Amino acid sequence: MKYVLLLLLMLVALITATVDGAAREQELIGAGATFPYPLYSKMFDVYSKEYGVKINYQAIGSGGGIRQLINKTVDFGGSDAIMSEADLKEASASILHIPTCAGAVVITYNLSGNPQLRFTPDVIADIFLGKIVKWNDRRLSDINPGLKLPDMNMTVVHRSDGSGTTFIFSDYLSKVSKDWKEKAGAGTSLNWPAGLGGKGNPGVAGLVKQTPGSIGYVELIYAIQNKMPYGMVKNKKGNFVTATLSSTSKAADTNLPDDMKVSLTDTDAPEGYPISGFTWILVYKDQGYRDRPEEKAKELVKLLWWITHEGQKYTEPLEYAALSKKAVEKTEKLIKSVTYKGNAIMK
Amino acid sequence: MEKSTDHLSIELPKLHILMDRSTEDFLVRVHKRTMAGWKLGLSESFFRKILYVAGAFVLVILTAIFMSLAITAIPSIGHFGVSFLFGATWDPVRNVFGAFPFVIGTLFVSLLALAISTLFSLPISIFLGEYSREGAISTFIKSVIELLAGIPSVIYGFCGLFLLVPMVRALEIKLNVAPYGVGIFTSSLVLAVMIIPYSASIGREVISLFPSDLKEAAFSLGATRFEVIRKVILPYARSGIFAGILLSLGRALGETMAVTMVIGNSNFIPKGIFSPANTLASVIANEFTEATGQLYLSSLIELGLVLFMVTTVINILGKVIIHRMDMKEK
Repeated sequence: MKYVLLLLLMLVALITATVDGAAREQELIGAGATFPYPLYSKMFDVYSKEYGVKINYQAIGSGGGIRQLINKTVDFGGSDAIMSEADLKEASASILHIPTCAGAVVITYNLSGNPQLRFTPDVIADIFLGKIVKWNDRRLSDINPGLKLPDMNMTVVHRSDGSGTTFIFSDYLSKVSKDWKEKAGAGTSLNWPAGLGGKGNPGVAGLVKQTPGSIGYVELIYAIQNKMPYGMVKNKKGNFVTATLSSTSKAADTNLPDDMKVSLTDTDAPEGYPISGFTWILVYKDQGYRDRPEEKAKELVKLLWWITHEGQKYTEPLEYAALSKKAVEKTEKLIKSVTYKGNAIMK
Repeated sequence: MEKSTDHLSIELPKLHILMDRSTEDFLVRVHKRTMAGWKLGLSESFFRKILYVAGAFVLVILTAIFMSLAITAIPSIGHFGVSFLFGATWDPVRNVFGAFPFVIGTLFVSLLALAISTLFSLPISIFLGEYSREGAISTFIKSVIELLAGIPSVIYGFCGLFLLVPMVRALEIKLNVAPYGVGIFTSSLVLAVMIIPYSASIGREVISLFPSDLKEAAFSLGATRFEVIRKVILPYARSGIFAGILLSLGRALGETMAVTMVIGNSNFIPKGIFSPANTLASVIANEFTEATGQLYLSSLIELGLVLFMVTTVINILGKVIIHRMDMKEK
């Protein structure tokens, strides 16, 4: 009995000691999107070695990140999607969307011989709506002259979980197809009209690789790493563009709004890949909330500046698309607008 | 002086009377005995109180789970009402939610898995409980079955995805069905293997506890082994075996990871055994982290509530059936 009490006492002492220890270190906490997690991992590791500030990022998903930011339990949130009106209202204070990098969504497929296919926006929409069901459909063979497409049924593969990738893809489809906008719309989770669901990018990639005649959408990185074929997509200017890191960055070479709350899909940029999107870090515009120390706010702003400038050199090696020059210019203005109790932090 | 251990709570007031030596000795002895009895009685009632508290604790936790689910689901319950249970659309963009395809998927997968697993767990129980009770083979099979229960469900999911799915796909191609590979059939197979240990161990226990003199009486009357099993042991062990099956079903209803990897995640009502589908647990696991919006979150929690209710209803039904079986026995 005595030993049990002693053990309990030691446990309590241990817990209180560790809890106190964690609060004392200079640390920033973030949570959110899983898409940029490998990049943030690398960036924050480098940053803590250079500046001694530890950053703890939990990849719980864009929705979780937004929720935590609204509850003010994290310093910043990560999201692949722009915050909805409802969420912004719930936040009650102004939230800035700071883009950190861009990603592309590619159409991958499983056909023998791995032919290089071309797609147009309406064809993609109708495939995922379940309207085009066979690979040798007229509309596909029309835009792919010279390719002999098999008489096989198409198996559509989509995401079963909520994801920023789905958001970018469905946002694109909503812009290029009225039918899609009515039937499914844009969001991180959808009521998919057809197909199977795979969990995460690896799930979709796995299903497509295994199922002959299947077609799905994954992040560019996964397609490259898994050596999967992906199609060229016709962009708004009429060019068939292959998704590469540079064509993704180029998608942001257009008129960008000051608040950077912009969707890059169906971009005007002539060499831009049309199914691209930013991923953002979300912070409160005024950092002087809930007796937050000014030191923390300063550290956060420093971090944001670093991510969008020096940190960008870590994007390409990890197969993420860096921010274009125009994007960085607008982002600088945004970061400079972060205030602490009314005073700008970075002058 | 022997200490009486089978008195429970005997409380005697201390007596303060003038008495002679022998009476005093006697009374001291009586007092010591009753004090011992009283202390024992005290420890008895203390022990009983601890047991009650432990039992009540479980009840409290269960109620707390139910209440937390119900309270968070109130927005969705208020918005959709009963139509949530029968709605067939799950649309997070338009905020229209309905649980029907998932309820069907859950029941379909779990019951099919139960049928397949019972096909194996019943013979295993009989084999281990009756034919091969001791010895190397028996120990080996028992350990293997326990190991099956210990494998994490994610591993089952991976094995299903990489080993079973191609095989089922080949079968579907032969049968001229859409060659998805994933679907209800695959998940039922994976689930069936996962839940075999639960019904097998309980069934084995119940069968091995069968009184041997009844068995010998049957043998002496000339019954064959098979007849003894069929006509004597199984009717006796029926309710116990069914309780084991019920435990397996409970496990199957709630299984998330293994199912979500091989079920195809299609939010439509499944048309047949090879179609993709979705289960309540799988939808919650998939969509919860990214869900924003009060109605969306609340609908997901309501799915959890529906699963809770489905499990409760099936458990109650099972208990009723077990009770009937016991009654029939008597």
